[in-house]
Amino acid sequence: MDQLKENFFHVRDLTKIYKMGEVEVQALRGINMELYAGELVVLLGPSGSGKSTLLNIMGGLDTATHGFVSYRGQDLTKANEKELTEYRRSHVGFVFQFYNLISSLTARENVSVVTEIANKPMVPEDALALVGLTDRLDHFPAQLSGGEQQRVAIARAISKNPSVLLCDEPTGALDSKTGILVLEALERINRELGTATAIITHNVDIAGMADRVIHLSNGRIAEVTANKVKKSASELQW
Amino acid sequence: MKGQVFAITLVVMSGMATFIMFISTMNSLNFTRSKFYRDYNFADVFVTLKRAPESLKDKIKNIDGVDQLETRVAAYAKLDIKGFSESVTGKIISIPDDGKPLLNCLYIRKGRLADPARDDEVVINETFAQAHHFNIGDQFAAVINGKWKKLTITGIALSPEFVLLMKPWAMSPDFKRYGALWMSRKAISKAYDMEGAFNDVVLTLRPGAKLSDVLRDLDNVLGKYGGYGAYARKDQISHRLLSEEFKQLQTSSKIFPTIFICVAAFLLNVVMSRTINTQREQIATLKAFGYNNIDVGIHYAKLVILIISAGVLGGIAFGIWFGKMLGGIYMEVYRFPFFIYKLYPEVIITAIFISIASALTGTMHSLWMAAKQTPAEAMRPEAPVKYRVSLIEKTGIGRRLTQPSRIIVRNIERKPIRTFLSIIGISVACATMISSGFFKDSIAFMVHVQFILSQKEDMTITFTDPTSYKAIYELKETQGINNSEGFRTVPVKLKFGHHSYRTVINGIEPDSSLHLLLDTNLKNISLPPSGILLTDHLGKILGVRAGDMLTVEILEESKAVRQVPVVALVKQYLGVMGYMDLNALNRLMNEGDAISGAYLVTDSNYRSKLFQTFVKMTRVSGTIVRNDEVRNFYDVQAKGMLFFTFIATLMACSIAFGVVYNSARISLSERSRELSSLRVLGYTRGEIAYILLGELGLIILVATPLGFIIGYWLCAYIAQALGNDLFRVPMVIELNTYAQAAVVVLVSALISGLIVRYKLDHLDLVGVLKTRE
Repeated sequence: MDQLKENFFHVRDLTKIYKMGEVEVQALRGINMELYAGELVVLLGPSGSGKSTLLNIMGGLDTATHGFVSYRGQDLTKANEKELTEYRRSHVGFVFQFYNLISSLTARENVSVVTEIANKPMVPEDALALVGLTDRLDHFPAQLSGGEQQRVAIARAISKNPSVLLCDEPTGALDSKTGILVLEALERINRELGTATAIITHNVDIAGMADRVIHLSNGRIAEVTANKVKKSASELQW
Repeated sequence: MKGQVFAITLVVMSGMATFIMFISTMNSLNFTRSKFYRDYNFADVFVTLKRAPESLKDKIKNIDGVDQLETRVAAYAKLDIKGFSESVTGKIISIPDDGKPLLNCLYIRKGRLADPARDDEVVINETFAQAHHFNIGDQFAAVINGKWKKLTITGIALSPEFVLLMKPWAMSPDFKRYGALWMSRKAISKAYDMEGAFNDVVLTLRPGAKLSDVLRDLDNVLGKYGGYGAYARKDQISHRLLSEEFKQLQTSSKIFPTIFICVAAFLLNVVMSRTINTQREQIATLKAFGYNNIDVGIHYAKLVILIISAGVLGGIAFGIWFGKMLGGIYMEVYRFPFFIYKLYPEVIITAIFISIASALTGTMHSLWMAAKQTPAEAMRPEAPVKYRVSLIEKTGIGRRLTQPSRIIVRNIERKPIRTFLSIIGISVACATMISSGFFKDSIAFMVHVQFILSQKEDMTITFTDPTSYKAIYELKETQGINNSEGFRTVPVKLKFGHHSYRTVINGIEPDSSLHLLLDTNLKNISLPPSGILLTDHLGKILGVRAGDMLTVEILEESKAVRQVPVVALVKQYLGVMGYMDLNALNRLMNEGDAISGAYLVTDSNYRSKLFQTFVKMTRVSGTIVRNDEVRNFYDVQAKGMLFFTFIATLMACSIAFGVVYNSARISLSERSRELSSLRVLGYTRGEIAYILLGELGLIILVATPLGFIIGYWLCAYIAQALGNDLFRVPMVIELNTYAQAAVVVLVSALISGLIVRYKLDHLDLVGVLKTRE
């Protein structure tokens, strides 16, 4: 990867141990990685490989047991609850498998939820236009298809102009056709806005659209590969 | 669900406890009273007269329907108690010389009956003994028929006749200044020149006897002996006050538990529908395994019963405890020799039945919804919740709302019934609190009207017999008396149409400055030179209005029957009586310028000297000091009121807490996913707490003023239900009471809010992202 690009995330010896009842589960076993400005990374691995845990810690949703994670020099492992909230509020956009929209708010209002508290937000309508939902602004989640809901979630995530977009199985609940529409939206954002994007998936086919693919297995990074030729989302198939 | 079950338990427990408390106290008092009356042979009919020869006894006994009969000598005496300068009145009643009264027998708590051979021995009632710390062998003096006599206490007793001992026409009992005394018939007859005669009759009726006939025949026989009119047990003052108290208990036992049961049913409904919703899949699995609807229904019914059973059991235990406590408070004023606590099994069964039935009714809808789903349907996740733009937003406010506020408004509007019931629940808590403050306000207002606006005198003296008005001039000359006005009190029976009522007419000086009459707007009414004014409640009892002609049957010697026009109705919260111009009343009586007593304004420096003077004046039978009367009134009310306030506050808090906590908890469980999502998006804890607690805040904001309105209605109902001819409850609620109610609701809400806030701060952000809605 281009070493001149700013290194957004710096992860060193990251370990996470969960206690589930009396059993200890080691989700991460010493992860070392970087995420650079503007790149699109796919974290690939089977379920239980630790990819969501890694993303959650990078997103300031969870804390590490050992190790070090920094975002643009800010040590996230030492941040308190208030600082993590501020970090999520200002820098990170999240996209989840189950969209997590507020069902009482329309598409436009779901985006406004974020723009209202962001420092330099987009206009909600513009964010929705970027994901191709200009004609669905006043629809409630219950009136939208799964793909449309996920695109609202993407619009919501990018509307604060985040430096980084963390997507946890964004196509996991969608059929392939709709999934590709969603990935196209993510690709466009990455390309046009230059937002660093990390996509978690267990779907190998999606890896084709990444700059780099980080393979996780059993809490460790098994392999990091760079795509010499990136596929566009529309070329993907599964 | 732990917290919610606790909240429901609290509400069910409060409901059960109040139900058991009121019912068991009422049953216990009723049982105790009946047993006391039966065992101590309480009379059915009472009559007081001037004087009749003992030979008349047989004639009375021959009246059809009369069973047991006892003639007695009864008199009022001034008592002189060492170390207590104020005026004390004793009602002395004779005990037959064989020592055993046939009727209204005495329960001797301590000591023995007076020796018939001695004229200086006396038995006194318990409250009087306690008020003065008297013991057996102690002495005090009495002015009996003008003669000062030292008496020795031989016994302390209780009588069914004086379960509540109250001076005739007094506003409240005064255990220090009024006592019942029993002496041997021989001694008292001699002192009052009543040998071979009697002036008081008590009797019981044969089964099947017609009361009205006996009363009529009795009046016919005793009329020429100065009979004041026979009356039945229901009009006997102690019995009547006790019955009124029972009526109040009965009203309370209906109102308060009903409130609780409804709130509990509502809470259960909310909790169960949420539980069933989250357990859709389990229900589906069970049904897929072959369980039928009834099995599923029974499973949840068992859960409901389990949830309320702790509340029911706790409620029964607390109910018994509170009931005994309340019984104890009653026993301080109402004196029975024993208090038999009675909790009938059917009361417990009813309580359990009511709570289970209402709980199941409350959850019926959810159970039905659970049962009717097909397994396939239930296994699918619930359809996304449909929302729409709320009505409030359509008014134009919408554009100004932030997204979190929008979420609040839309959520409230989406579940109108639940929101409405939550509002009602909290309002009811507020209303309950108002009802407890209302008693205090109402009594204070009653006292203000009676003792500040109306009665300007600070002391009243009564004469043994009607006396010439000249006495007023003498009183005015007395050092320490600044002003004095005469009054005449005449016992009468007032009749209008088929209604009649025994009371007194009070004749007061035409331009009295000491005893003012007030109209229904509490403005002074000047006394017209003729005609009668009735207290408004008496007007209602008799069905008369100003301008109607009233039949007045005088119960004193003259026994005259006159027609008197009703001039107006006057506002009075205590007592029921008629008022006339003193001169007009004397004309009606065919008497000269007679008075029965005087209202006085005295110099407080001369107070004790005046007491001494009055004790020595043979024609003065008693004195009433206004401040004592007010103090007594409060003393008697105070404990009961304190207890009631305590119970009402407890109830209000448990309802408010139960409703608010449950609403918050349910909202939290329904919306934790949404709120977690917002946290992930960068919302702070405070910002998401605003969404959840803001909704509750809005509900409380609406519920509190509504609670004021419901509280007002509740108080109006209580006032109307509790009012009787002894007192009417004025509908007065001070601002302070509203404020206190609001504070209690807010504090309860705040506590439950804080608990929920704590849970909110510990939301599992990661877990929630992994689950489908």
